[in-house]
Amino acid sequence: MQVERFYYDNRIVRAFGYATILFGIVGMLAGLWAAIQIYYPESSLGFAPTTFGRLRPLHTNAIIFAFVGNASFAGIYYSLQRLCKARLYSDKLSWLHFWGWQAIIAAAAITLLLGYTTGKEYAELEWPIDIAITLVWVVFGINMFGTILKRREKHLYVAIWFYIATWVTVAMLHIVNSFEIPVSFMKSYSWYAGVQDALVQWWYGHNAVAFFLTTPVLGLMYYFLPKAANRPVYSYRLSIIHFWALIFIYIWAGPHHLLYTALPDWAQSLGVVFSVMLIAPSWGGMLNGLFTLRGAWDKVREDPVLKFMVVAITCYGMSTFEGPMLSLKNVNAISHFSDWTIAHVHIGGLGWNGFIAFSILYYMIPKMWGTNLYSKKLASNHFWLGTIGIILYAVPLYWAGFEQSLMWKSFTPEGQLKFQFMETVNSILPMYYSRSVGGALYLAGALIMVYNLYKTIAQGKFIANEEAEAAPLVEETSHGREYWHRILERKPVTMLVLSLIVVAIGGVIELVPTFLIKSNVPTITSVKPYTPLELQGRDIYVREGCYTCHSQMIRPFRDEVARYGEYSKAGEFVYDHPFQWGSKRTGPDLARVGGKYPDSWHYNHMYDPRSMSPGSIMPAYAWLLDNKIDTGSTSAKIRAMQTLGVPYEKGYDQQANRDLMEQAKTIAENLKKDKIETAPNAEIVALIAYLQRIGRDIKAESQQKIVSTDK
Amino acid sequence: MKFINYLEKISGIDIYGLLSLSIFVIFFTVMLFVVFKTDKKKFREISRIPLDN
Repeated sequence: MQVERFYYDNRIVRAFGYATILFGIVGMLAGLWAAIQIYYPESSLGFAPTTFGRLRPLHTNAIIFAFVGNASFAGIYYSLQRLCKARLYSDKLSWLHFWGWQAIIAAAAITLLLGYTTGKEYAELEWPIDIAITLVWVVFGINMFGTILKRREKHLYVAIWFYIATWVTVAMLHIVNSFEIPVSFMKSYSWYAGVQDALVQWWYGHNAVAFFLTTPVLGLMYYFLPKAANRPVYSYRLSIIHFWALIFIYIWAGPHHLLYTALPDWAQSLGVVFSVMLIAPSWGGMLNGLFTLRGAWDKVREDPVLKFMVVAITCYGMSTFEGPMLSLKNVNAISHFSDWTIAHVHIGGLGWNGFIAFSILYYMIPKMWGTNLYSKKLASNHFWLGTIGIILYAVPLYWAGFEQSLMWKSFTPEGQLKFQFMETVNSILPMYYSRSVGGALYLAGALIMVYNLYKTIAQGKFIANEEAEAAPLVEETSHGREYWHRILERKPVTMLVLSLIVVAIGGVIELVPTFLIKSNVPTITSVKPYTPLELQGRDIYVREGCYTCHSQMIRPFRDEVARYGEYSKAGEFVYDHPFQWGSKRTGPDLARVGGKYPDSWHYNHMYDPRSMSPGSIMPAYAWLLDNKIDTGSTSAKIRAMQTLGVPYEKGYDQQANRDLMEQAKTIAENLKKDKIETAPNAEIVALIAYLQRIGRDIKAESQQKIVSTDK
Repeated sequence: MKFINYLEKISGIDIYGLLSLSIFVIFFTVMLFVVFKTDKKKFREISRIPLDN
């Protein structure tokens, strides 16, 4: 048969590789800066865009979508061509994908710092960017499937399955979670409210970890590990089981982020059961990776690619063991809202994702420049700095999480809470210092890599189009029995549909009951929609990223009820578009903060948090005192809320601003009594209105009851 | 809220539970059956794909 000659496209891989390095450094810098702000709040510079609440979403989005995203695209485009023995389907689409994705990243960086956010973790980007992501994702899909369809290799290697599952699931998650109603260009409200919003969000959030940070990276592992070790994967059979079990089970596990919250019990239990089951496929994958190195451990000592790979796979094993443990309700009661979660995430982020990204860069760059790595010694230094960095980062945070959580739960023999919230914060500050040292070491290692790769590139010559030869694929006549899976693995489209069915089932079962019936969220008659001023204040709360440090969810525990008040009910959040339950308590819970302090306390606290609560690590929000409320948006916001089913009276949008000013004047007068002069249309007034409203509605109900019995 | 509440309130909801459980079980049984039935040689061949280029 005639052998065909063709060329692999290395240019696109190089572009994504460079982007990986650039955004990796940027994302880590943002993370380090945010970590320092936690114990040194002045480092927010008193400037809105560089304050923790905006910097933290920038860090998470940069690491997930820019660093790991670009690394995955680089690795996928490199391996896909070679596994399919074909050049990428279309150079034009490749570049459209590349520049589209980088444009999204640039837009994300700018808008997040300017405070445009939906307020939903890892899905903070506003609706125009959401649409752009969808389009670029489709481009990526066409390019990938086009390549698969024109391949010269009969079988689809398991890595490609992981790529396909990634594509189809991320598409589904992104679309479902991004349903939102635009209010203006760059402002929207989540279609869902309260409990439903929380469920959809964590179904998305958890599976973003699964299908953006895990499955593509596992695909990379299945290609680059055998390649670097020069031996096939330990068990191909296991890799098939690993694949199907992983994607089938992962999709169900989302509700474990909402244990003990106001989410219905059955959904929580479903999340726990599947999370525990998840350990089987995860460890199957890890063992498959490590066993591949059987008899090749001497190479690990020499080869930086394998060194990073081994630690990455080990970290994958650690965090996928920890994940199921954390989803047990009794463990979660301690870990949730504490730094334990942050430590857990960074074992995965720094260890698994970061190290795989470094590993494939160390593999691909010398290959594409036809040379050897400039310095194995520097790579080894990078490896040790990174590894020690991870330990110095994670161990103190585990300690901090455990210590703080136990302090929260401590009572004196008299039955009083033993520690003020502030005491629990101050006791873990040393752990925060250490964490930032760990992060700095990790970053230093990455910078060494940049230098090493720069020198490697300088000594080599880039091979833009790598020559390859292969026989074309011919239609095979069936001879005898053909197994189902072998037929399947040759048909990528069937594979796509089947993966979609497999991942859609979990979503449907979890989400549908929550949406189908009203009684699912018992309504509380005293819970009323926000006033226009409170609504504006809430949007400021979302804009400043308050949810990155404050939860609004009191779990039904003795200590939380004693510290914060009555535990949260599902019916309290029916007008919350988006929900703001939060996932971390760097500061105290705010679910019952309404009426707890006078207006003037909030005013002074926003201006200088430490004047009101000494030792506080909250940044100052002085600009809220000067900024004016955007009253031009009020009627559009009311109309959007009406569309979403919030029962404002018909035509209320026309008089909303009148009510807004009235309420604002009352607050301004209130502040005047405490000798604070403020314009009634300052943003701080709206924020105070919102903060004073949070969690008060059900208190009104108990008062109402008393009133009615009096009659 | 107890799950039984949903089972009682949504008409035809039981089909979700039955379907998902059967799909789950059947899918895994078939997959395991096929995986263990497939010739080892075949797997060896496929697992060498990354090394051949």
